[in-house]
Amino acid sequence: MGEPLLSVRNIETYYGPVMAIRGVSLDVHPGSIVTILGGNGAGKTTILKTISGAIDPQKGSVRFLGREISRRDPDWVARQGIAHVPEGREVFPFLTVRENLALGAYCRRDRTGIRHDLELVYEYFPMLRERADQQAAYLSGGQQQMLAIGRALMARPQLMLLDEPSLGLAPRLVREIFAIIVRLNREQGVSMLLVEQNARMGLQAGQYGYVLEVGRIVMEDTCERLLQSEDVREFYLGIKDRGIRGQRRWKRRKTWR
Amino acid sequence: MDLSQLLFTGVAQGCIYGLIALGFVLIYKATEMVNFAQGDLMMIGAFVAFTLIAGLGLPYWLGLLGAVLVLAAAGYLLDVVLLRPLSGQPAFAVVILTISLGFVLRAVAGVVWGHNPVSFATPFSGKLLTVGPAMIAQENVAIIFGTLLLCGLLYLFFRHTRVGVAMQAVAQNQLAAYYMGIPVKRLSSTIWAISAAVAAVAGVLMAPVALIEPQMGFLGIKAFAAAVIGGFGSLPGALLGGLIVGLGEQFAGAWLGQGFKEATAYLLMLTVLVMRPGGLLAQVRRKKV
Ligand SMILES: Nc1ncnc2c1ncn2[C@@H]1O[C@H](COP(=O)(O)OP(=O)(O)OP(=O)(O)O)[C@@H](O)[C@H]1O
Ligand SMILES: [Mg+2]
Repeated sequence: MGEPLLSVRNIETYYGPVMAIRGVSLDVHPGSIVTILGGNGAGKTTILKTISGAIDPQKGSVRFLGREISRRDPDWVARQGIAHVPEGREVFPFLTVRENLALGAYCRRDRTGIRHDLELVYEYFPMLRERADQQAAYLSGGQQQMLAIGRALMARPQLMLLDEPSLGLAPRLVREIFAIIVRLNREQGVSMLLVEQNARMGLQAGQYGYVLEVGRIVMEDTCERLLQSEDVREFYLGIKDRGIRGQRRWKRRKTWR
Repeated sequence: MDLSQLLFTGVAQGCIYGLIALGFVLIYKATEMVNFAQGDLMMIGAFVAFTLIAGLGLPYWLGLLGAVLVLAAAGYLLDVVLLRPLSGQPAFAVVILTISLGFVLRAVAGVVWGHNPVSFATPFSGKLLTVGPAMIAQENVAIIFGTLLLCGLLYLFFRHTRVGVAMQAVAQNQLAAYYMGIPVKRLSSTIWAISAAVAAVAGVLMAPVALIEPQMGFLGIKAFAAAVIGGFGSLPGALLGGLIVGLGEQFAGAWLGQGFKEATAYLLMLTVLVMRPGGLLAQVRRKKV
């Protein structure tokens, strides 16, 4: 594999005195989908915010396209080609769907390119075209998630940071959104760093995965192998493997502890 | 005073309150800060126009333009130098800072321009306009037209320009605006510039009907009441609140006596806060999961 698109090295991020990220390193290679799994409070959102510059790390480095991007303002980071789809959508509630999408392309000047990408977004999410003139506040949660992804796509990013796109959505909608995420990656060549609690969807979509617990990466491998791993199966997929001799493994410990 | 005169004076005075209230609301929406020096910026704007027009002998319109530009630059710099370093501090720190800023501006104005009231000539001073049976002072007509024009321009700017829509985005969700690559800090400073410029227009428009002196900015407190009445966070609300206070004052003064006139703004504010705590035109924030 060549140079990574994004490479995070040993970042430590604090909320006041509380250390939320305890030395995390990860890579995203061009064209790939990388998944970070972790439970509530593991630090997934904090990692993404550190990458996009919403929080500064105390230590460590974040390099994008070979350039140091940590400790810069988030709008500067966005202009380098990173689009952050935040947890909980965070659309602009009193602006129309169309205005929300146009703001995604705020830093672009190529009018024809922007118009082309607006059509593209409408093709991926036909619902957005129907509601183009509605205020974003009146979309359902799933529709807002689509708007948030579409808005990020309008920036023509090289890397998209997706924070729990499945949050609060019905299973059918989750599958739909993940299918589109994978298509965007294949058809538009957008690399993705995806953060999920929904381990099955996250690992099926991604090529490489990291497991995060209390601010540390405890496991990393290809998503295929993570899906097979006993620890992931038991603790993230809720599948209880019986031991070979059939006895119940009482009080099983995670092997990484 | 007859009814139509009361009405016109009230509306004109209300426009001034509304313009200053607009400044309060603009800054509050974009940065969640309350600038208590808004009225004092208006006072500085009026004095700058006085220097340009009465001092340097510039024509009225150039003086107005100059005051607007000077105040816009001052507003921008205030944000960069004073407010930005305070980001992340409790709102209380900002309140204290802007209140102190008001003191400083009044003191500076006293040193530079003195404490005696001054005035400058305008194309509208002392002329009367006859509309049907009523005689209306032209300076009041100018205030009303100026306000309408300015509000129209602001409306077009926020609705239909790329930067204007981006400012709305900053007001609605600052972090998401950052993620879009919108230069949030620069736009916040620009909002300060716009608010200060609007205050300058208010000061220049008001100059013919009020004397210019360092304490004239205290009228900002009534404009604050107007903003609260309108729903602190709504631009049309700010104007509406201004009109209500302006008209209320005139009628209270005429019917109940001068003592009531000064208290009207606060009595109205209390009434609205009790009956409708969000203000008259509060924007309701709906958030879905
Ligand atoms: N604003 C904050 N102030 C203080 N502590 C915080 C703040 N935000 C997060 N934390 C703490 O940092 C840790 C990591 O939080 P983070 O939001 O990154 O978790 P997460 O993995 O995204 O969780 P979730 O799946 O619930 O979104 C948690 O222990 C949390 O309590
Ligand atoms: Mg999170």
